[in-house]
This record gives sequence, C-alpha cells and structure tokens, in this order.
Amino acid sequence: MSAVQTSLRADARWRWWELALGAAAIVSLFIPGGHVLLLNEIAILALFAVSLDLILGFAGIVSLGHAAFFGFGAYTAGLFAKHVMPDPLVGLVVAMGASALLGAVCSVLVLRGSDLTRLMVTLGVAAVLYELANKLEFTGGADGLQGIVMGPLLGRFEFDLYGRTAYAYSLITLIVVMLIARRIVHSPFGYSLKALRDNRLRATSIGLSVNLRLAAVYTLAAAFAGMAGALMAQTSGFASLDGLDFHRSADIMLMVVIGGTGYLYGGIFGAVAFKLLHEVLSAWTPQYWTFWLGLFLVVLVMVGRDRLIRPWTWFKRGGGA
Amino acid sequence: MLTLLFDGIAYGMLLFVLSVGLAVTMGLMNFINLAHGAFAMAGGYTTVLLMNKLGVPFLATLPIAFALTALLGALLERTLYRPMYKRPHLDQVLFSIGLVFMAVTGVDYLIGSQQQMVSVPAWLQGRFDLAAVGIGKYRLFIIVICGLLTVALQLVLARTRFGSRLRAAVDDPRVAQGLGINVNQVFLFTFAVGSGLAGLGGALGAEVLGLDPSFPLKFMVYFLIVVSVGGTTTITGPLLAALLLGIADVFGKYYAPKLGSFIVYTLMIVILTLRPQGLFGQKGSK
Repeated sequence: MSAVQTSLRADARWRWWELALGAAAIVSLFIPGGHVLLLNEIAILALFAVSLDLILGFAGIVSLGHAAFFGFGAYTAGLFAKHVMPDPLVGLVVAMGASALLGAVCSVLVLRGSDLTRLMVTLGVAAVLYELANKLEFTGGADGLQGIVMGPLLGRFEFDLYGRTAYAYSLITLIVVMLIARRIVHSPFGYSLKALRDNRLRATSIGLSVNLRLAAVYTLAAAFAGMAGALMAQTSGFASLDGLDFHRSADIMLMVVIGGTGYLYGGIFGAVAFKLLHEVLSAWTPQYWTFWLGLFLVVLVMVGRDRLIRPWTWFKRGGGA
Repeated sequence: MLTLLFDGIAYGMLLFVLSVGLAVTMGLMNFINLAHGAFAMAGGYTTVLLMNKLGVPFLATLPIAFALTALLGALLERTLYRPMYKRPHLDQVLFSIGLVFMAVTGVDYLIGSQQQMVSVPAWLQGRFDLAAVGIGKYRLFIIVICGLLTVALQLVLARTRFGSRLRAAVDDPRVAQGLGINVNQVFLFTFAVGSGLAGLGGALGAEVLGLDPSFPLKFMVYFLIVVSVGGTTTITGPLLAALLLGIADVFGKYYAPKLGSFIVYTLMIVILTLRPQGLFGQKGSK
C-alpha cells in the first residue's frame, strides 16, 4: 500500500469522538424529561445543516436558499400524508425523491456565474417557492398546511404527544444519513469534490468533470434537506411558510459556520450550539435576541472561528488566525 | 397603463439610487455587502425623526440624511469593513447578515417596530393629469431628483479625475495602486458616497416603500437583484436593471396580484441563468 493510500485510509478511520457522539445520541433517547421536543428539533436541524455542509463545505457553493429544499420536502411529505397515505417512512422516501428531483433541476442553475450570481439564484429559487406556497390553494397559503395526521411508524410505534417516538425517528434518520454522507465524503467522489472546491481550474485540468460532480452533490444535498423538511412536517404535523423563509436559509448557514465547514460533523455541533444559544437568548430577551445573534456573527467573522473556539490563542501575539 | 409605467419608472429610479452605491462598492472591492439596506434605513429614519421630533422641513432633511449616512458609512468602512475585503465570500455574507440583524433589532429597540409615517409637503401631494396620464407629484419629484443624481454621477465618473481614478481602481486595483492611486482612500470615499446615496434613497422612499425596522431585510433582495442583473462594471447597467425591476414589479402587482413577487424572482433567475455576469456585465471582469 502506497503512502498516499495509507493517508487517505487514515482519514476514513473511525475516531473515538465519532463513536462517543453516536453513543451519546443513543443514550439521549432514554433520558427522561421534557426536552424531547427540543432534541427532536435539534436532530432535524442537524440533518438539514449536514446537507448544507455537503455543498458549502465540500463543494464550495455559497447558497442562501437551501431552505427551498427543506420547505419543499416538508410540503411534499405533508401533502403526501394528507392525500395519499399516512405512512411516515414512505412519505420520507417520497419527499426525498421529490427534493432530489428539484435539486437536480436547480443544479443546472447554480453551475454558472460567480458567487454573487449563485447566491442570487439560490435565493431566488427559495423565494419563488415561498411565493408559490403562499398563493397556491392546496398548500394552505399563509396559514400553512395543517392537520397532517401520521400513521404509526413501521405500523407499530404511534407518534405520541411527548414526542419520544418522533425523536427516535428523527435521530435514527440522522444517523443513517450521517453514515451515508460519511461514506460518500471519504470516497473518491468526495475527494474530487474537495479538489474542485479548492481549485476548480486545476480540478478540470486533471480530468474531473466539474459540472457533473457539482450537480451530483447538489442533488444529494437537496435530497437530504428534503428529508429534514419531511421529518419536520411529519413530527410536528404541520408544514408552514416558515420552512421556506429566508431566515431559515440564513440560520442554517450560520449553524454550519458555527460548527465548522467541511468535516461533516460541523452541522451537528452547529445545530446543537445554535439551538441552545437561541433558547438561552430568547428566554433572556425574547424580542431582541437577533441583535445578539448578529453581534455574535460579526465577532465570529472578525475574530475568526478557529480562534474563537480556542480561547488559549486569544492572547498569543500573531498566533492563530 | 401609462400611469403604471410612470409609477414603475419612479420606483425603478428610486431602486437605482438605493442600490448604485452597492453596485460600485461590489465592483470595486468584490465585496458582497448584504447590509446595504441598513444604510438606506438609516437615511429614512434620519428624515422621519428630524421631521417629527424637530420639525425640520422635508426638503432640508434630505441633504442631512445623505450626509449623516455617508458619515456612518465612512466610519463603518474604516473600522469594520476594511478587514473583510480579502476574506472569502462566505465570511462577507455572514458578516453583513450579522450587521443587518443588529441594525434591525437595534432600530426596533430604540425607535419601535411600528411603521413610520412621512408627511411630504402639500405641494408634493396629489396628482395631476397630463394627456390622460395620471402623474403623482411626489413620484415626479422622485424621478427628477434621481434623474439629476444619475446624470451627476455619470458626469463625475466620466469627466473628473476622481472618476477616472475610481474606474481604474475598479478595473484593476493592483495596477491602479502601482500607478500611485490611493485605492484605499478612493474606496473609503466611494463607500461613503454610496452609503449616503442609499440614505438619500431611503429618505425619499420612506413615503413610497414604507419604513419599519425590517426594511433592510425586505429590500435586500431587490438591491441584490439590481446589482447582479445590472452587473457591476457600469452605471448604466444597474440603472436599466433597476428600471426593469421597478416596472416589472409594479405591473406584476397590478395585473397579477395573486402572484406577488413571483414574476420578479422568476425573471431574475431566467436572466441570471442566461447571462450569469448580468445583463450588461462583461465576461472578462471579476
């Protein structure tokens, strides 16, 4: 085995903290108490953030409209449960497929132009979907899609009021997606994505077909985001315009950035940190918590994320960033 | 029909004045500034507060709005924005969104979240008919002011020494620096004027667009559309894009109110897909 192969293999090895994280997630299923709803939301947001990380951290596409797929998945799952069949797993797969299709169509749009163009196009797609969901009859307009009643999971586990089934469902979906995503980013395909993120011109000249790969990863990320949306709709019994809103795209980007881009777990850590930050700040100052969020963002960017999470570098001269 | 066209042009001119500063700064430093609307809001609130609290006449508040916002822009450019130029676009987006959040809640906290009213002087109210076209006096006023500003900007850019320095800096900052142009200073000045124009636009538009703390978020997309569709290399590009956007928006809202902003967004996506550099952008530029 050559040195290159060894170093690539080393990357794909399981770390102790990955296993610890998985164990903590499973243990969290059995903690008694009333935080299950919050945990459920964190699991869903983490899934959503991981999907954004795939295109932001691995392919380098700055998207301000990733909520398009989240909301689309939510509405698809909601409508499917209402009109076709209430089984959650089938709904999840259907929402995933529909979002992947939408992602494939939209991927054509993000292949061209500069960062600004991409930013605007992704934002535009989300805005168009928002307007559609707002105006169309069958999506319930501004009231959202209400009264989604889900069947029991696997025909056995009812979704109860406490949300324990819902949390288990979201968490297991998250773990499965993480396993798939982990496999993908450590595959040759994953490495080629990193190559074209770092230098598109060189990636092209060693024979990678950049557009095809970008389209593939965009579709994949859309599918995962759609799953997150579907989970949200299924576990809350409600799909609303909020899922397509601009602030959702901005929030999710924030989570990925807080957690760190390009190593897949950033989305999870970011979602946990963001949600806890949100809980604390909005309990303290409900109306103005976005001010502190904004301040946090500005400081985060000014200081640099790497230095902010390593306090011991703050007073070192010229160290860190 | 023609009245609608007229309203659309007024709206477009307003959008142009609001976003031209963004176009220039984006072209100059390749900086994605989502917080541009915050400056417009600052101008709008300056006018409202001066008029309602101190009783300053409307026309006198306009230059003050311009000057104050320009000052604010210069201050922020010097302290916060300058270190951001060399950062990746993702950092710039996050940084400026953070600023927007802070501006929105800050104004909410200080002034309150209600919609602010601007009462324009009596001689600007109402409308008159010109060959069966209803013309709002205030809208005519907006068109005249914005038209004059556009001409002035074009003249400054094309005829003065500062204009040629600015154009040189936009085309290639490094070479411009090498020729002895103080690019940082040019940029500071441009940023200040751009912010000032946004403030002036916000003051002028407070009556038409409405003014409340969520202003920067609501219109951020519109400014960005103007800039990305118009391209950042010329003044005429954003001007035409702003007019197109204004007219499309007014017509869309009148003829198909059910679709809302749907038409505008779709139009933008189509244009950007066909011409990723913007309608009037040049391929060779950044």
